[in-house]
Amino acid sequence: MAVCVAVIAKENYPLYIRSTPTENQLKFHYTVHTSLDVVDEKISAMGKAVMDQRELYLGLLYPTEDYKVYGYVTNSKVKFVMVVDSSNTSLRDNEIRSMFRKLHNSYTDVMCNPFYNPGDPIQSRAFDNTVTSMMVPAC
Amino acid sequence: MNKQDMADEALFLLLHNEVISCVYKAGGDQGDAENGKCITKLENMGFRVGQGLIERFTKDTARFKDELDIMKFVCKDFWTTVFKKQIDNLRTNHQGIYVLQDNKFRLITQMSAGKQYLEHAPKYLAFSCGLIRGGLSNLGIKSIVTAEVSVMPACKFQVMIQKL
Repeated sequence: MAVCVAVIAKENYPLYIRSTPTENQLKFHYTVHTSLDVVDEKISAMGKAVMDQRELYLGLLYPTEDYKVYGYVTNSKVKFVMVVDSSNTSLRDNEIRSMFRKLHNSYTDVMCNPFYNPGDPIQSRAFDNTVTSMMVPAC
Repeated sequence: MNKQDMADEALFLLLHNEVISCVYKAGGDQGDAENGKCITKLENMGFRVGQGLIERFTKDTARFKDELDIMKFVCKDFWTTVFKKQIDNLRTNHQGIYVLQDNKFRLITQMSAGKQYLEHAPKYLAFSCGLIRGGLSNLGIKSIVTAEVSVMPACKFQVMIQKL
């Protein structure tokens, strides 16, 4: 389960970011921020079409000592970043993938909500609940 | 085509017609300036709808390679979903101008099959122009979309990509 979930807009500003309240939030903001460079790198590398793997899921962006950072980019260039605890080795790639899919579905619903202005921070409760279901339950 | 599909199709057409008459009634139909305002309003409506739609439609597609790939998607998948047919002809000068030609555009098919009511065509195309522009903008392409009709129900959309 994730310890931090972030949605980053096309223009690289955060639309939504949430981390476990038990830990230092700033650290996660920093981790997510750093990961954006890796995301950019991955996307531009894909344009070269050496490996024609054009999936939305980017896979593991980079591991740190305590955490693993995963990325996902929609066709509208909105980025999803998920930080996962490294100690949680039972989490398979496929599970991460399906978590991102869930997140993407939920984001699409937000986008199609007439009360949401594209580009604004996400305040939808339904989206909140989806994220909550993916986060580590705070002990 | 089953009944469900036919109903869906009619629903969109009728709603679209009502939206236009509603916008025009609210704006009053005197003068060119007023007409321009109504067109802009319709175009902006289309823009928001296009943004939402493209988010839905591209959810399960692979990442796009380039601009042309995106335009092809708009001509095929997007157009089929919204207007039940593909664009008949896509042309480009490879310098940011694309011309999408639809020989039987659904929103004006019912209106006329010739030059009758030609002067009313622009307001029935504004929403669709916005639709294209909104979709493209959500995919990261800024553009200007204009429509052109010489004989109904054929119609041409010109997409001018705005390079940054």
